[in-house]
Amino acid sequence: MTTRLLTVEDLTVTFTARGRRDVTAVSGVSFDIGAGEVVGLVGESGCGKSVTSLALMGLLPRRGVRTGGRALLDGSTDLLALDDARIRDLRGTQLAMVFQDPLSSLNPVVPIGVQVTEILRRHRGLRGERARAEAAHLLDRVGIPDPARRLKEYPHQLSGGMRQRALIAMAVACAPRLLIADEPTTALDVTIQAQILELLRELVDQEGTALLMITHDLGVVAGLCDRVNVLYAGKVVEAAARRPLFAAPAHPYTHGLLASIPRLDAPRGQPLKPIRGSVNDTIAWAEGCAFAPRCDHFSPACLEGTPAQAPAPDAAVPGPRSHLVRCVHPVNTATAPDAARRDGQPRPGHPPHPPSEPPGAAPAASATKEKAE
Amino acid sequence: MGTETTGATPPDGDAPRPAPPAGTAAGTAVTSRRKDRIDRLAELTARTDTSTGSGLWVEALRRLRANKTALIGLGVLAVFLVLAVIGPWIAPYSPTAQTWRGEVFPNRGIFVGPRSGNWLGLDHLGRDELSRMLVGARQTLLVGVVATLIGFTVGALIGGFSGAALALGGRAGRTVDTVVMRFTDMLLALPSLLLAVSVAAIMGQSLTTVMVAVGVVQIPVFARLLRGSMLAQANSDYVLAARALGVRRRRIVLAHVLPNSLGPVIVQSTLALATAIIEAAALSFLGLGNPDAAQPEWGVMLAQAQRFFDQAPMMAVYPALGIIITALGFTLLGEAMREALDPKLRS
Amino acid sequence: MTESESASASASGPEPASASVSGSGPASAAPVPPQGAPPAPLLTLSGLKVHFPLRRGVVFDRTVGHVRAVDGVSLSVPAGRTYGLVGESGCGKTTLGRAVLRLTDITAGSVVFDGTDLAKLPEGEMRRARRRLQMVFQDPLGSLNPRQNIESILAEGMAAHGIGAGRKERRERIRAILDRVGLPAGSLSRYPHEFSGGQRQRIGIARALVLEPDLLICDEPVSALDVSIQAQVLNLLEELQDAMGLTYLVIAHDLAVVRHISDVIGVMYLGSLVEEAPGDELYGTPRHPYTKALMSAVPVPDPKAEDRRERILLTGDLPSPADPPAGCRFHTRCPWKQPTRCADERPALRPAGGAGTGHRVACHWAEEIAAGTLRPTGDLAAPVLHRV
Repeated sequence: MTTRLLTVEDLTVTFTARGRRDVTAVSGVSFDIGAGEVVGLVGESGCGKSVTSLALMGLLPRRGVRTGGRALLDGSTDLLALDDARIRDLRGTQLAMVFQDPLSSLNPVVPIGVQVTEILRRHRGLRGERARAEAAHLLDRVGIPDPARRLKEYPHQLSGGMRQRALIAMAVACAPRLLIADEPTTALDVTIQAQILELLRELVDQEGTALLMITHDLGVVAGLCDRVNVLYAGKVVEAAARRPLFAAPAHPYTHGLLASIPRLDAPRGQPLKPIRGSVNDTIAWAEGCAFAPRCDHFSPACLEGTPAQAPAPDAAVPGPRSHLVRCVHPVNTATAPDAARRDGQPRPGHPPHPPSEPPGAAPAASATKEKAE
Repeated sequence: MGTETTGATPPDGDAPRPAPPAGTAAGTAVTSRRKDRIDRLAELTARTDTSTGSGLWVEALRRLRANKTALIGLGVLAVFLVLAVIGPWIAPYSPTAQTWRGEVFPNRGIFVGPRSGNWLGLDHLGRDELSRMLVGARQTLLVGVVATLIGFTVGALIGGFSGAALALGGRAGRTVDTVVMRFTDMLLALPSLLLAVSVAAIMGQSLTTVMVAVGVVQIPVFARLLRGSMLAQANSDYVLAARALGVRRRRIVLAHVLPNSLGPVIVQSTLALATAIIEAAALSFLGLGNPDAAQPEWGVMLAQAQRFFDQAPMMAVYPALGIIITALGFTLLGEAMREALDPKLRS
Repeated sequence: MTESESASASASGPEPASASVSGSGPASAAPVPPQGAPPAPLLTLSGLKVHFPLRRGVVFDRTVGHVRAVDGVSLSVPAGRTYGLVGESGCGKTTLGRAVLRLTDITAGSVVFDGTDLAKLPEGEMRRARRRLQMVFQDPLGSLNPRQNIESILAEGMAAHGIGAGRKERRERIRAILDRVGLPAGSLSRYPHEFSGGQRQRIGIARALVLEPDLLICDEPVSALDVSIQAQVLNLLEELQDAMGLTYLVIAHDLAVVRHISDVIGVMYLGSLVEEAPGDELYGTPRHPYTKALMSAVPVPDPKAEDRRERILLTGDLPSPADPPAGCRFHTRCPWKQPTRCADERPALRPAGGAGTGHRVACHWAEEIAAGTLRPTGDLAAPVLHRV
């Protein structure tokens, strides 16, 4: 197998606060990205997707965090083992990150231009007029009109979409080989989101930048990602290329998510099938499948320790990059959400599943776990 | 960033290791284990209403108890309080009697340091320093508490009135608030010591003057703080929700806005106590305090001791240390309370 | 907004709609036929304007301008149905929802609810009127007082309106409503922070429903919730509508959510309504350029649909509502902008697409665009064929 740009093997991140139980945010996540590829990390709040990205960028605090596993850049450099100075050099030149909230990611008291030229000076040694010209070019590249004027403005003078563009400009200033985008469009309006996604797509297509897309929005994933990893409670529960994942989601969680999202192209009254409970209703992976308490397919076999990652029922060629699922009872393709959806009757024929959280169950569990958080 | 993983996951248990061999284990063991596990899941998903629910204050108290800073602060304050209460009874000698007048000659530079009979030595008039410290604690606490109470009460009334008017009083309320707040801004702009000196000048030299003067200085601080806090709460979603429910304005202010605004003000009052003690000491030091210098008070003692600082520095160090440690106790407690009451740090 | 509309609104306003909202509304009787004859409107807005003064000053504040958050919106919500209001941040949809409840001051226009113009009610009567119009908020935690337990939160509205004779009777009602929204009865003495996001939103819904309102204004009811929880709350809202004959005004930025739950959808842009139509009609034939762009921007969780999707990328950002563009508010970003009319004549919301469709659009060139005789001037992003 050829060397991938980034290979993450068995990444584990545990938060160890004194006087509290250790919290494992990410446990044994493995995936890889090739040049010019878009890989998605999808999951809900607390699934560990953001922690994964911070760990790769070396942005987690050293104290109170235990990191395990490897993240190999070009098959040789382990990002997790680098010291602060080395990883700082890599950030910007090899790796770059775009965050969810563009306003708080920019320094509010420094003009945009200074923030961009600072990066160019540090990583590319550009100075003075050349740096300014390159900065203007970068802003122009990400679609900011009138870049020369914008360079003099402060972050609060830009709109949300423009700020995100400026951040992307800063991220790609040194032509990084891997761009990590952590919910880059969540804070933006949908028409602005479309612009930003288009921009990211262009960067990938034209520059060959690899993109690690971290999002909760399955719609964004469906349009953008080549390969998708679905995270639940810190583990990849399903990994597949885009089309097989959406055509035949094998993990009950993925399956449930797809059946519970209202779709713009579904007629009025198409019933939704929610997943019961909340993300707080979980059990430790060591004891079984963390999704078991919310799963419709639950059986005692789900509590026989961590389920192994195995080829999904529809995986044609078993292999590390085929359709993988971590479930004892993978959903059969026959009951994929497409089929389920078409069966659904419009209102008021409500879905057979009780939509509510199990009375009495969730509140206590969630309350205790939120405290532990 | 945190996750909801219930925690027991050992770091080594996360590798993509082979599937738990369901078929290989011995049959009976498996069934019994299975039963346990189903029970475990049931227990996990049915952990019902054992928690009765605790309010914000109860929880703040619980967190305060687990906070080292708070415990140290509380400890210091407890010692201080006990001294203030029982001081006059445990003082070995009268604090005003110049029993050893004949042994101290300030103009010749002869002072008496710590000795077996007088653990902290004698002051410049031959009075027992320890007794004066013990009795003085009560006065000092009284000045601090009364001054802060004056500041808190008047300040909270002004701030609360102004905040309520602004938050829910419409156009007229905004005008009321503007007038009131510009006035407090003027107070705030005056140097606090100057303000205190002016009050003292009007009222004459007495302990009451010191308390009022220090209290008046605190008024605009409390007023501004409560008003700002109320304004923030009044713009919150739950106040909007209460209005949408059709709850009366008066009730919204009293039941929603005010209780949620008091946290920072209470924290401020513990911090203010510390500054009040120091400022009272400063006023006494400047000679605006209790005219009867025989009555011990730490600030007055410090003021008097400075004249002899070259020959007998310890005479100034004792009351200074007393003031510093007490102020530190209040500050520590205040900081801890700020943390405990911050809703963002909950859970 | 126009003369004829406000006339028809005031004409239909006084009609008693209470018959259809008390108990067995039409919604519970049969699946709602989106194209059927709409029931009498329960809520009618005409020419609603909410302008916020911009103040500045050293000692006393002076008004230096206005933010036109809502600038002339006319719409009516049929009893027992769901009206979905969709738009991006800053379009004024939240302000509109609050103006209906008079939580913000109304600058001009009328809000006729069941025959009464709420905009003209004195403050005290408005407070009592709020029993029948309730609201569900976006932030489930922020909209609950952290110092109140659930019983106190739910009892507050009842106390304000004198519902329930005593503590015991109120508690009975609270238990009933908690059961209805799917919360355990043991929640009574617990505090908001002890619940998960979805449950908090259920508490917010229960707080509104315990007053037995006729109209529920849901401001972004699910946008703060996790994806897997959103469906639970949406389903709950639908169940409650069926069971209690509620009328909904749902305000959201997520077109898919609005489409899922609404009978009629109104699209807002910069303080005004640019298009209004029944859900399927709007999705099938969007007529306003902004609606087209908005729909094309919504990602669909289906790679096949995604690869086919034609994207209309808008250039630029939302103009400031303090200084909206003259003429059509959208002309600064519109790919179909024409040299005439667009920049200087504000289009009225007028019927389009034939009678009976209930389709209204505020665009001078809607017919020409629909017929294909006008081509977009900007460059539309072609369907992106994805590398597979």
